[in-house]
Amino acid sequence: MGEWPLIAGQIFNGFSVASLYVLAALGLALSFGLMRVINMAHGEMLMLGGYLAYLTLQVVPGPLGILAAMPVAFLGAAAVGAVLETTLIKRLSARPLDTLLATWGVSLILQQAARNIFGAIGVDVRAPQWLNHAYTVQSGLLEGLTIPATRLFILAVAFAVMGALSLLLARTRIGLLVRAVNQDRGMAAAAGINVRAVDLSVFCLGTGIAGLAGVVLALLGPVTPNVGQSYVVPAFLVVVLGGLGSLKGTAIASLIVGLFSALVQILVDVSLAQVLLLLFVIGFIQFRPQGVVAVRSRALDA
Amino acid sequence: MSEPLLTLTGAATSYGQSQVLWDIDMAVPAGGAVALIGRNGVGKTTLLKTIIGAQRLTAGRMTFQGRDVSALGPHQRARAGIGYVPQGRHIFPHLTVRENLETGLSALAGRGGGAMKAGVPDHIFDLFPKLAQIINRKGGVLSGGEQQQLAIGRALAGQPSLLLLDEPTEGIQPSVVQQIEDALRRIRADLGVTVLIVEQYLDFAWSFADSYRVMQRGRIIRAGSTREETAAEVAHLVNI
Repeated sequence: MGEWPLIAGQIFNGFSVASLYVLAALGLALSFGLMRVINMAHGEMLMLGGYLAYLTLQVVPGPLGILAAMPVAFLGAAAVGAVLETTLIKRLSARPLDTLLATWGVSLILQQAARNIFGAIGVDVRAPQWLNHAYTVQSGLLEGLTIPATRLFILAVAFAVMGALSLLLARTRIGLLVRAVNQDRGMAAAAGINVRAVDLSVFCLGTGIAGLAGVVLALLGPVTPNVGQSYVVPAFLVVVLGGLGSLKGTAIASLIVGLFSALVQILVDVSLAQVLLLLFVIGFIQFRPQGVVAVRSRALDA
Repeated sequence: MSEPLLTLTGAATSYGQSQVLWDIDMAVPAGGAVALIGRNGVGKTTLLKTIIGAQRLTAGRMTFQGRDVSALGPHQRARAGIGYVPQGRHIFPHLTVRENLETGLSALAGRGGGAMKAGVPDHIFDLFPKLAQIINRKGGVLSGGEQQQLAIGRALAGQPSLLLLDEPTEGIQPSVVQQIEDALRRIRADLGVTVLIVEQYLDFAWSFADSYRVMQRGRIIRAGSTREETAAEVAHLVNI
Protein backbone atom coordinates (compact mmCIF):
# COMPACT_ATOMS: atom_id res chain seq x y z
CA MET A 1 0.00 0.00 0.00
CA GLY A 2 1.51 3.28 -1.16
CA GLU A 3 0.90 6.82 -0.11
CA TRP A 4 -1.98 7.49 -2.50
CA PRO A 5 -4.68 5.74 -0.51
CA LEU A 6 -3.54 7.62 2.60
CA ILE A 7 -3.66 11.00 0.87
CA ALA A 8 -6.95 10.22 -0.83
CA GLY A 9 -8.31 9.03 2.49
CA GLN A 10 -7.33 12.28 4.18
CA ILE A 11 -8.83 14.32 1.37
CA PHE A 12 -12.05 12.40 1.87
CA ASN A 13 -11.80 13.00 5.61
CA GLY A 14 -11.29 16.68 4.86
CA PHE A 15 -14.53 16.78 2.87
CA SER A 16 -16.26 14.84 5.59
CA VAL A 17 -15.12 17.20 8.34
CA ALA A 18 -15.97 20.14 6.09
CA SER A 19 -19.51 18.83 5.72
CA LEU A 20 -19.89 18.78 9.51
CA TYR A 21 -18.49 22.28 9.81
CA VAL A 22 -20.75 23.62 7.13
CA LEU A 23 -23.81 22.17 8.84
CA ALA A 24 -22.66 23.59 12.17
CA ALA A 25 -21.75 26.97 10.70
CA LEU A 26 -24.67 27.68 8.35
CA GLY A 27 -27.02 28.69 11.14
CA LEU A 28 -24.42 31.04 12.60
CA ALA A 29 -23.77 32.58 9.20
CA LEU A 30 -27.49 33.01 8.55
CA SER A 31 -28.31 34.76 11.79
CA PHE A 32 -25.14 36.81 11.78
CA GLY A 33 -25.63 37.80 8.15
CA LEU A 34 -29.19 38.95 8.67
CA MET A 35 -29.37 40.16 12.25
CA ARG A 36 -25.73 40.68 13.25
CA VAL A 37 -26.44 38.33 16.13
CA ILE A 38 -23.75 36.05 17.52
CA ASN A 39 -25.54 33.18 19.17
CA MET A 40 -23.25 31.55 21.73
CA ALA A 41 -25.89 28.89 22.36
CA HIS A 42 -25.63 27.67 18.78
CA GLY A 43 -23.51 24.69 19.83
CA GLU A 44 -26.27 23.59 22.18
CA MET A 45 -28.65 23.40 19.23
CA LEU A 46 -26.31 20.72 17.86
CA MET A 47 -26.41 19.01 21.23
CA LEU A 48 -30.20 19.25 21.29
CA GLY A 49 -30.34 17.68 17.83
CA GLY A 50 -28.16 14.83 19.07
CA TYR A 51 -30.37 14.12 22.08
CA LEU A 52 -33.51 14.39 19.98
CA ALA A 53 -31.99 11.79 17.65
CA TYR A 54 -31.33 9.56 20.66
CA LEU A 55 -34.93 9.96 21.85
CA THR A 56 -36.37 9.41 18.39
CA LEU A 57 -34.44 6.16 18.08
CA GLN A 58 -35.98 5.00 21.35
CA VAL A 59 -39.40 5.42 19.75
CA VAL A 60 -38.52 4.40 16.20
CA PRO A 61 -35.75 1.84 16.61
CA GLY A 62 -35.79 0.41 13.09
CA PRO A 63 -33.45 1.14 10.20
CA LEU A 64 -35.35 4.30 9.33
CA GLY A 65 -35.07 5.76 12.81
CA ILE A 66 -32.24 8.05 11.82
CA LEU A 67 -34.28 9.44 8.95
CA ALA A 68 -37.19 10.07 11.30
CA ALA A 69 -34.81 11.77 13.72
CA MET A 70 -33.80 14.41 11.18
CA PRO A 71 -37.12 16.26 10.89
CA VAL A 72 -37.68 15.81 14.63
CA ALA A 73 -34.32 17.39 15.45
CA PHE A 74 -34.80 20.13 12.86
CA LEU A 75 -38.21 21.12 14.21
CA GLY A 76 -37.19 20.69 17.85
CA ALA A 77 -34.13 22.89 17.53
CA ALA A 78 -36.08 25.41 15.43
CA ALA A 79 -38.73 25.58 18.16
CA VAL A 80 -36.10 26.18 20.84
CA GLY A 81 -34.59 28.78 18.52
CA ALA A 82 -37.98 30.49 18.27
CA VAL A 83 -38.23 30.69 22.06
CA LEU A 84 -34.66 31.98 22.32
CA GLU A 85 -35.26 34.60 19.63
CA THR A 86 -38.56 35.92 20.93
CA THR A 87 -37.68 35.94 24.63
CA LEU A 88 -34.08 37.08 24.48
CA ILE A 89 -32.45 38.04 21.22
CA LYS A 90 -35.28 40.25 19.97
CA ARG A 91 -35.15 42.26 23.18
CA LEU A 92 -31.39 42.67 23.03
CA SER A 93 -31.13 43.56 19.35
CA ALA A 94 -28.64 46.32 18.60
CA ARG A 95 -26.76 45.35 21.77
CA PRO A 96 -24.28 42.79 20.45
CA LEU A 97 -22.21 42.35 23.61
CA ASP A 98 -25.29 41.81 25.77
CA THR A 99 -26.56 39.28 23.24
CA LEU A 100 -23.24 37.49 23.38
CA LEU A 101 -23.34 37.30 27.16
CA ALA A 102 -27.00 36.32 27.39
CA THR A 103 -26.74 33.56 24.80
CA TRP A 104 -23.61 32.27 26.53
CA GLY A 105 -25.72 32.01 29.68
CA VAL A 106 -28.35 30.10 27.75
CA SER A 107 -25.61 27.81 26.48
CA LEU A 108 -24.54 26.99 30.06
CA ILE A 109 -28.14 26.46 31.17
CA LEU A 110 -28.84 24.09 28.29
CA GLN A 111 -25.65 22.12 28.96
CA GLN A 112 -26.52 21.75 32.62
CA ALA A 113 -30.08 20.79 31.76
CA ALA A 114 -28.76 18.04 29.48
CA ARG A 115 -26.44 16.88 32.27
CA ASN A 116 -29.36 16.66 34.68
CA ILE A 117 -31.67 14.87 32.27
CA PHE A 118 -29.32 12.53 30.41
CA GLY A 119 -26.30 12.40 32.73
CA ALA A 120 -22.77 13.65 32.23
CA ILE A 121 -21.74 10.56 30.29
CA GLY A 122 -22.91 10.56 26.75
CA VAL A 123 -25.69 8.55 25.18
CA ASP A 124 -25.13 6.54 22.05
CA VAL A 125 -26.96 6.83 18.79
CA ARG A 126 -26.23 3.64 16.90
CA ALA A 127 -25.98 4.01 13.17
CA PRO A 128 -28.51 1.72 11.46
CA GLN A 129 -27.32 -1.38 9.63
CA TRP A 130 -27.48 0.29 6.25
CA LEU A 131 -24.93 2.87 7.38
CA ASN A 132 -22.83 0.49 9.40
CA HIS A 133 -20.37 -0.62 6.78
CA ALA A 134 -17.54 0.71 4.74
CA TYR A 135 -16.51 0.67 1.12
CA THR A 136 -12.96 -0.47 0.44
CA VAL A 137 -11.18 0.03 -2.85
CA GLN A 138 -9.97 -3.44 -3.88
CA SER A 139 -7.46 -2.68 -6.59
CA GLY A 140 -5.67 0.03 -8.52
CA LEU A 141 -3.85 3.11 -7.32
CA LEU A 142 -6.12 3.64 -4.34
CA GLU A 143 -6.15 0.02 -3.19
CA GLY A 144 -6.93 -0.20 0.49
CA LEU A 145 -8.76 3.15 0.72
CA THR A 146 -11.70 2.70 3.08
CA ILE A 147 -14.72 4.96 3.10
CA PRO A 148 -17.27 4.51 5.90
CA ALA A 149 -20.90 4.79 4.80
CA THR A 150 -21.74 7.17 7.67
CA ARG A 151 -19.24 9.67 6.31
CA LEU A 152 -20.81 9.47 2.87
CA PHE A 153 -24.21 9.95 4.47
CA ILE A 154 -23.05 13.10 6.28
CA LEU A 155 -21.59 14.44 3.06
CA ALA A 156 -24.90 13.81 1.32
CA VAL A 157 -26.83 15.55 4.10
CA ALA A 158 -24.53 18.58 3.90
CA PHE A 159 -24.97 18.83 0.14
CA ALA A 160 -28.73 18.40 0.45
CA VAL A 161 -28.96 21.14 3.10
CA MET A 162 -26.78 23.53 1.09
CA GLY A 163 -28.81 22.83 -2.04
CA ALA A 164 -32.14 23.26 -0.29
CA LEU A 165 -31.01 26.48 1.36
CA SER A 166 -29.74 27.92 -1.93
CA LEU A 167 -33.04 27.08 -3.62
CA LEU A 168 -34.99 28.53 -0.74
CA LEU A 169 -33.09 31.81 -0.89
CA ALA A 170 -32.93 32.11 -4.66
CA ARG A 171 -36.30 30.81 -5.77
CA THR A 172 -38.95 31.32 -3.14
CA ARG A 173 -40.95 34.29 -1.95
CA ILE A 174 -39.56 33.95 1.59
CA GLY A 175 -36.05 33.79 0.13
CA LEU A 176 -36.68 37.03 -1.73
CA LEU A 177 -37.86 38.68 1.47
CA VAL A 178 -34.80 37.42 3.35
CA ARG A 179 -32.48 38.84 0.70
CA ALA A 180 -34.33 42.16 0.69
CA VAL A 181 -34.18 42.49 4.48
CA ASN A 182 -30.54 41.53 4.37
CA GLN A 183 -29.70 44.26 1.88
CA ASP A 184 -31.72 47.14 3.31
CA ARG A 185 -33.67 46.51 6.48
CA GLY A 186 -35.31 49.94 6.67
CA MET A 187 -36.40 49.97 3.05
CA ALA A 188 -37.69 46.42 3.32
CA ALA A 189 -39.97 47.46 6.17
CA ALA A 190 -41.13 50.53 4.24
CA ALA A 191 -41.99 48.26 1.30
CA GLY A 192 -44.34 46.30 3.55
CA ILE A 193 -42.11 43.40 4.57
CA ASN A 194 -42.57 42.21 8.14
CA VAL A 195 -38.90 42.36 9.06
CA ARG A 196 -39.46 40.87 12.51
CA ALA A 197 -41.11 37.81 11.04
CA VAL A 198 -38.26 37.38 8.56
CA ASP A 199 -35.71 37.64 11.38
CA LEU A 200 -37.53 35.04 13.41
CA SER A 201 -37.88 32.63 10.48
CA VAL A 202 -34.22 32.89 9.57
CA PHE A 203 -33.10 32.41 13.16
CA CYS A 204 -35.30 29.32 13.48
CA LEU A 205 -34.03 28.01 10.17
CA GLY A 206 -30.47 28.43 11.43
CA THR A 207 -31.08 26.64 14.71
CA GLY A 208 -33.04 23.97 12.87
CA ILE A 209 -30.07 23.26 10.61
CA ALA A 210 -27.89 23.04 13.71
CA GLY A 211 -30.33 20.47 15.10
CA LEU A 212 -29.98 18.50 11.89
CA ALA A 213 -26.20 18.73 12.23
CA GLY A 214 -26.59 17.29 15.73
CA VAL A 215 -28.22 14.16 14.28
CA VAL A 216 -25.36 13.43 11.91
CA LEU A 217 -22.81 14.22 14.64
CA ALA A 218 -24.49 11.61 16.78
CA LEU A 219 -23.57 9.01 14.17
CA LEU A 220 -19.89 9.67 14.77
CA GLY A 221 -19.66 9.62 18.54
CA PRO A 222 -21.62 9.75 21.79
CA VAL A 223 -23.94 12.67 22.44
CA THR A 224 -22.68 14.47 25.52
CA PRO A 225 -23.83 17.69 27.21
CA ASN A 226 -20.89 19.54 25.72
CA VAL A 227 -20.77 17.92 22.29
CA GLY A 228 -21.76 21.24 20.76
CA GLN A 229 -18.77 23.03 22.20
CA SER A 230 -16.27 21.02 20.20
CA TYR A 231 -17.96 21.98 16.94
CA VAL A 232 -19.09 25.52 17.61
CA VAL A 233 -15.54 26.88 17.88
CA PRO A 234 -14.49 25.64 14.43
CA ALA A 235 -17.92 26.80 13.21
CA PHE A 236 -17.16 30.33 14.37
CA LEU A 237 -13.75 30.04 12.72
CA VAL A 238 -15.44 29.02 9.48
CA VAL A 239 -17.91 31.91 9.62
CA VAL A 240 -15.11 34.43 10.15
CA LEU A 241 -12.92 32.89 7.46
CA GLY A 242 -15.82 32.69 5.02
CA GLY A 243 -16.67 36.38 5.15
CA LEU A 244 -19.19 37.09 7.86
CA GLY A 245 -22.66 36.12 6.80
CA SER A 246 -21.89 34.85 3.33
CA LEU A 247 -23.26 31.37 2.61
CA LYS A 248 -20.97 30.70 -0.33
CA GLY A 249 -18.03 31.83 1.80
CA THR A 250 -19.18 29.58 4.63
CA ALA A 251 -19.16 26.56 2.32
CA ILE A 252 -15.76 27.38 0.85
CA ALA A 253 -14.26 28.15 4.26
CA SER A 254 -15.58 24.85 5.65
CA LEU A 255 -13.82 23.08 2.85
CA ILE A 256 -10.60 25.01 3.43
CA VAL A 257 -10.63 24.30 7.18
CA GLY A 258 -11.62 20.65 6.70
CA LEU A 259 -9.02 19.92 4.03
CA PHE A 260 -6.33 21.90 5.81
CA SER A 261 -6.67 20.01 9.07
CA ALA A 262 -7.00 16.64 7.37
CA LEU A 263 -3.98 17.09 5.11
CA VAL A 264 -1.78 18.61 7.80
CA GLN A 265 -2.56 15.58 9.94
CA ILE A 266 -0.66 13.42 7.45
CA LEU A 267 2.51 15.18 8.54
CA VAL A 268 1.92 16.18 12.16
CA ASP A 269 -0.23 15.03 15.08
CA VAL A 270 -3.73 16.29 15.82
CA SER A 271 -2.80 18.95 18.39
CA LEU A 272 -0.16 20.52 16.20
CA ALA A 273 -2.62 20.42 13.31
CA GLN A 274 -5.02 22.50 15.42
CA VAL A 275 -2.27 25.01 16.13
CA LEU A 276 -1.34 25.25 12.47
CA LEU A 277 -4.99 25.67 11.53
CA LEU A 278 -5.38 28.62 13.89
CA LEU A 279 -2.15 30.18 12.63
CA PHE A 280 -3.37 29.70 9.07
CA VAL A 281 -6.71 31.38 9.78
CA ILE A 282 -5.03 34.27 11.60
CA GLY A 283 -2.62 34.70 8.71
CA PHE A 284 -5.43 34.56 6.16
CA ILE A 285 -7.50 37.16 7.98
CA GLN A 286 -4.44 39.41 8.18
CA PHE A 287 -4.18 39.49 4.42
CA ARG A 288 -7.86 39.26 3.60
CA PRO A 289 -9.84 40.60 6.53
CA GLN A 290 -13.10 40.48 4.60
CA GLY A 291 -12.87 36.69 4.39
CA VAL A 292 -13.10 34.36 1.41
CA VAL A 293 -16.18 36.04 -0.01
CA ALA A 294 -16.33 39.77 0.59
CA VAL A 295 -19.75 40.87 1.73
CA ARG A 296 -20.21 44.31 0.26
CA SER A 297 -23.64 45.14 1.45
CA ARG A 298 -25.01 42.66 3.87
CA ALA A 299 -25.34 40.30 0.95
CA LEU A 300 -26.58 36.88 1.80
CA ASP A 301 -26.71 35.86 -1.83
CA ALA A 302 -26.33 32.15 -1.76
CA MET B 1 -65.45 68.39 2.69
CA SER B 2 -64.45 64.77 3.01
CA GLU B 3 -62.09 63.56 5.69
CA PRO B 4 -58.38 63.99 4.89
CA LEU B 5 -56.42 60.87 3.91
CA LEU B 6 -53.57 61.71 6.28
CA THR B 7 -53.50 63.94 9.32
CA LEU B 8 -50.72 64.80 11.72
CA THR B 9 -51.65 66.56 14.94
CA GLY B 10 -49.00 68.06 17.19
CA ALA B 11 -46.51 65.54 15.85
CA ALA B 12 -42.94 65.57 17.15
CA THR B 13 -39.96 63.26 16.93
CA SER B 14 -36.34 63.08 18.07
CA TYR B 15 -33.11 61.40 17.16
CA GLY B 16 -32.00 60.19 20.56
CA GLN B 17 -31.88 63.21 22.85
CA SER B 18 -32.20 65.86 20.17
CA GLN B 19 -35.65 66.80 19.02
CA VAL B 20 -35.90 67.34 15.28
CA LEU B 21 -39.61 67.92 14.62
CA TRP B 22 -41.91 70.15 16.65
CA ASP B 23 -45.65 70.42 16.69
CA ILE B 24 -46.41 69.39 13.12
CA ASP B 25 -50.03 69.86 12.09
CA MET B 26 -50.84 68.77 8.61
CA ALA B 27 -53.76 67.35 6.65
CA VAL B 28 -53.36 65.81 3.22
CA PRO B 29 -56.70 65.61 1.38
CA ALA B 30 -57.52 62.43 -0.54
CA GLY B 31 -56.60 62.86 -4.19
CA GLY B 32 -54.49 65.92 -3.46
CA ALA B 33 -50.81 66.63 -3.87
CA VAL B 34 -48.83 68.50 -1.24
CA ALA B 35 -45.31 69.81 -1.80
CA LEU B 36 -43.01 69.95 1.19
CA ILE B 37 -40.35 72.58 0.66
CA GLY B 38 -37.54 74.13 2.65
CA ARG B 39 -33.79 74.32 2.89
CA ASN B 40 -31.58 71.33 3.54
CA GLY B 41 -31.67 69.91 7.02
CA VAL B 42 -34.95 71.45 8.14
CA GLY B 43 -36.62 68.10 8.73
CA LYS B 44 -38.44 67.31 5.46
CA THR B 45 -36.97 63.83 5.16
CA THR B 46 -37.49 63.23 8.87
CA LEU B 47 -41.14 64.15 8.47
CA LEU B 48 -41.55 61.55 5.72
CA LYS B 49 -39.75 58.98 7.87
CA THR B 50 -42.12 59.78 10.70
CA ILE B 51 -45.10 59.27 8.44
CA ILE B 52 -43.88 55.84 7.30
CA GLY B 53 -43.14 54.88 10.90
CA ALA B 54 -39.37 54.60 10.65
CA GLN B 55 -39.22 57.44 13.18
CA ARG B 56 -41.40 57.09 16.26
CA LEU B 57 -43.68 59.92 17.29
CA THR B 58 -42.57 61.35 20.62
CA ALA B 59 -45.68 63.51 20.80
CA GLY B 60 -48.88 63.99 18.86
CA ARG B 61 -50.74 61.55 16.67
CA MET B 62 -51.20 60.49 13.11
CA THR B 63 -54.27 59.20 11.35
CA PHE B 64 -54.50 57.53 7.98
CA GLN B 65 -57.85 56.89 6.30
CA GLY B 66 -59.51 57.99 9.51
CA ARG B 67 -57.66 55.44 11.64
CA ASP B 68 -55.08 56.26 14.31
CA VAL B 69 -51.90 54.63 13.05
CA SER B 70 -49.49 56.30 15.50
CA ALA B 71 -48.55 52.98 17.11
CA LEU B 72 -48.10 51.00 13.89
CA GLY B 73 -44.67 49.92 12.61
CA PRO B 74 -43.40 50.66 9.10
CA HIS B 75 -44.56 47.47 7.43
CA GLN B 76 -48.05 47.86 8.88
CA ARG B 77 -48.28 51.41 7.56
CA ALA B 78 -47.08 50.24 4.15
CA ARG B 79 -49.81 47.60 4.22
CA ALA B 80 -52.35 50.26 5.17
CA GLY B 81 -51.49 52.00 1.89
CA ILE B 82 -48.55 54.33 2.44
CA GLY B 83 -45.95 53.99 -0.32
CA TYR B 84 -42.47 55.45 0.11
CA VAL B 85 -39.83 56.50 -2.40
CA PRO B 86 -36.86 57.52 -0.26
CA GLN B 87 -34.12 59.99 -0.99
CA GLY B 88 -31.22 58.14 -2.54
CA ARG B 89 -33.75 55.61 -3.88
CA HIS B 90 -32.63 52.68 -1.71
CA ILE B 91 -32.92 50.07 -4.41
CA PHE B 92 -32.01 46.56 -3.22
CA PRO B 93 -28.67 46.37 -5.06
CA HIS B 94 -28.36 42.59 -5.35
CA LEU B 95 -31.95 41.99 -6.39
CA THR B 96 -33.04 42.16 -10.02
CA VAL B 97 -35.49 44.79 -11.21
CA ARG B 98 -38.25 42.18 -11.14
CA GLU B 99 -37.35 41.11 -7.60
CA ASN B 100 -37.17 44.72 -6.44
CA LEU B 101 -40.69 45.27 -7.79
CA GLU B 102 -41.86 42.05 -6.14
CA THR B 103 -40.71 43.20 -2.72
CA GLY B 104 -43.25 46.02 -3.10
CA LEU B 105 -46.04 43.44 -3.34
CA SER B 106 -45.51 42.76 0.36
CA ALA B 107 -47.58 45.84 1.11
CA LEU B 108 -50.59 43.98 -0.32
CA ALA B 109 -50.47 41.36 2.44
CA GLY B 110 -53.80 41.09 4.19
CA ARG B 111 -55.67 43.13 1.57
CA GLY B 112 -57.14 40.03 -0.05
CA GLY B 113 -58.47 39.71 -3.56
CA GLY B 114 -55.40 37.76 -4.67
CA ALA B 115 -53.64 41.04 -5.46
CA MET B 116 -50.32 39.68 -4.27
CA LYS B 117 -50.61 36.54 -6.40
CA ALA B 118 -51.41 38.62 -9.47
CA GLY B 119 -47.85 39.89 -9.40
CA VAL B 120 -46.45 43.24 -10.44
CA PRO B 121 -49.28 45.28 -12.03
CA ASP B 122 -48.90 46.09 -15.75
CA HIS B 123 -49.54 49.77 -15.28
CA ILE B 124 -46.09 50.09 -13.72
CA PHE B 125 -44.54 49.06 -17.02
CA ASP B 126 -46.88 51.44 -18.87
CA LEU B 127 -45.54 54.25 -16.71
CA PHE B 128 -41.94 53.11 -16.96
CA PRO B 129 -41.44 51.04 -20.15
CA LYS B 130 -37.72 51.07 -19.45
CA LEU B 131 -38.21 48.77 -16.47
CA ALA B 132 -39.58 46.03 -18.71
CA GLN B 133 -36.42 46.18 -20.82
CA ILE B 134 -34.07 45.80 -17.86
CA ILE B 135 -36.25 43.43 -15.86
CA ASN B 136 -33.47 40.92 -15.15
CA ARG B 137 -30.68 43.34 -14.30
CA LYS B 138 -29.45 43.83 -10.76
CA GLY B 139 -30.62 47.02 -9.07
CA GLY B 140 -27.08 48.00 -8.13
CA VAL B 141 -25.88 48.37 -11.73
CA LEU B 142 -28.69 50.65 -12.92
CA SER B 143 -28.29 54.34 -13.67
CA GLY B 144 -29.71 56.87 -11.24
CA GLY B 145 -32.71 57.52 -13.47
CA GLU B 146 -33.45 53.83 -13.86
CA GLN B 147 -33.17 53.33 -10.12
CA GLN B 148 -35.56 56.18 -9.48
CA GLN B 149 -38.13 54.70 -11.86
CA LEU B 150 -37.66 51.36 -10.12
CA ALA B 151 -38.06 52.94 -6.68
CA ILE B 152 -41.35 54.54 -7.74
CA GLY B 153 -42.45 51.31 -9.42
CA ARG B 154 -41.67 49.33 -6.27
CA ALA B 155 -43.80 51.68 -4.19
CA LEU B 156 -46.65 51.47 -6.72
CA ALA B 157 -46.54 47.65 -6.68
CA GLY B 158 -48.06 47.89 -3.21
CA GLN B 159 -51.00 49.87 -4.68
CA PRO B 160 -50.69 52.70 -2.17
CA SER B 161 -53.35 55.35 -1.68
CA LEU B 162 -50.69 57.78 -0.48
CA LEU B 163 -47.30 58.07 -2.12
CA LEU B 164 -44.43 59.82 -0.32
CA LEU B 165 -41.64 61.02 -2.60
CA ASP B 166 -38.38 62.43 -1.31
CA GLU B 167 -36.74 64.60 -3.99
CA PRO B 168 -37.50 62.20 -6.82
CA THR B 169 -35.50 64.09 -9.44
CA GLU B 170 -32.44 64.89 -7.34
CA GLY B 171 -29.24 63.84 -9.06
CA ILE B 172 -31.06 62.48 -12.11
CA GLN B 173 -29.85 63.40 -15.59
CA PRO B 174 -32.04 66.11 -17.18
CA SER B 175 -33.35 63.93 -20.02
CA VAL B 176 -34.85 61.52 -17.49
CA VAL B 177 -36.18 64.19 -15.13
CA GLN B 178 -38.94 65.02 -17.60
CA GLN B 179 -39.97 61.37 -17.87
CA ILE B 180 -40.19 61.03 -14.12
CA GLU B 181 -42.19 64.23 -13.76
CA ASP B 182 -44.60 63.05 -16.46
CA ALA B 183 -44.96 59.71 -14.72
CA LEU B 184 -45.74 61.44 -11.43
CA ARG B 185 -48.51 63.45 -13.12
CA ARG B 186 -49.98 60.25 -14.52
CA ILE B 187 -49.79 58.60 -11.11
CA ARG B 188 -51.97 61.39 -9.78
CA ALA B 189 -54.31 61.66 -12.74
CA ASP B 190 -54.70 58.05 -13.89
CA LEU B 191 -54.16 56.08 -10.70
CA GLY B 192 -55.72 58.64 -8.36
CA VAL B 193 -52.88 58.32 -5.87
CA THR B 194 -52.51 61.10 -3.29
CA VAL B 195 -48.98 62.49 -3.20
CA LEU B 196 -46.80 64.15 -0.59
CA ILE B 197 -43.59 65.24 -2.26
CA VAL B 198 -40.39 66.78 -0.93
CA GLU B 199 -39.21 68.98 -3.77
CA GLN B 200 -36.40 71.50 -4.16
CA TYR B 201 -37.49 72.74 -7.57
CA LEU B 202 -40.28 75.18 -6.92
CA ASP B 203 -41.29 75.30 -10.59
CA PHE B 204 -42.13 71.63 -10.58
CA ALA B 205 -43.60 71.80 -7.10
CA TRP B 206 -45.97 74.53 -8.22
CA SER B 207 -47.00 72.87 -11.45
CA PHE B 208 -47.52 69.53 -9.75
CA ALA B 209 -48.99 70.14 -6.30
CA ASP B 210 -52.19 71.84 -5.10
CA SER B 211 -50.73 73.08 -1.86
CA TYR B 212 -47.38 73.59 -0.20
CA ARG B 213 -45.84 73.50 3.26
CA VAL B 214 -42.63 75.34 4.05
CA MET B 215 -40.47 73.81 6.77
CA GLN B 216 -37.86 75.57 8.85
CA ARG B 217 -35.94 74.17 11.83
CA GLY B 218 -38.24 71.22 12.32
CA ARG B 219 -41.51 73.13 12.07
CA ILE B 220 -44.01 73.94 9.38
CA ILE B 221 -43.81 77.72 9.20
CA ARG B 222 -46.12 78.36 6.30
CA ALA B 223 -48.84 76.56 4.43
CA GLY B 224 -50.77 77.67 1.40
CA SER B 225 -52.19 76.94 -1.99
CA THR B 226 -50.03 76.80 -5.09
CA ARG B 227 -53.04 78.03 -7.03
CA GLU B 228 -53.46 81.22 -5.03
CA GLU B 229 -49.82 82.18 -4.49
CA THR B 230 -46.87 82.16 -6.81
CA ALA B 231 -43.64 80.35 -6.18
CA ALA B 232 -41.85 83.68 -6.13
CA GLU B 233 -43.85 84.73 -3.07
CA VAL B 234 -42.43 81.93 -0.94
CA ALA B 235 -39.05 81.57 -2.62
CA HIS B 236 -37.34 83.76 -0.04
CA LEU B 237 -38.22 81.21 2.67
CA VAL B 238 -36.60 78.41 0.72
CA ASN B 239 -33.61 79.82 -1.06
CA ILE B 240 -30.40 80.46 0.80
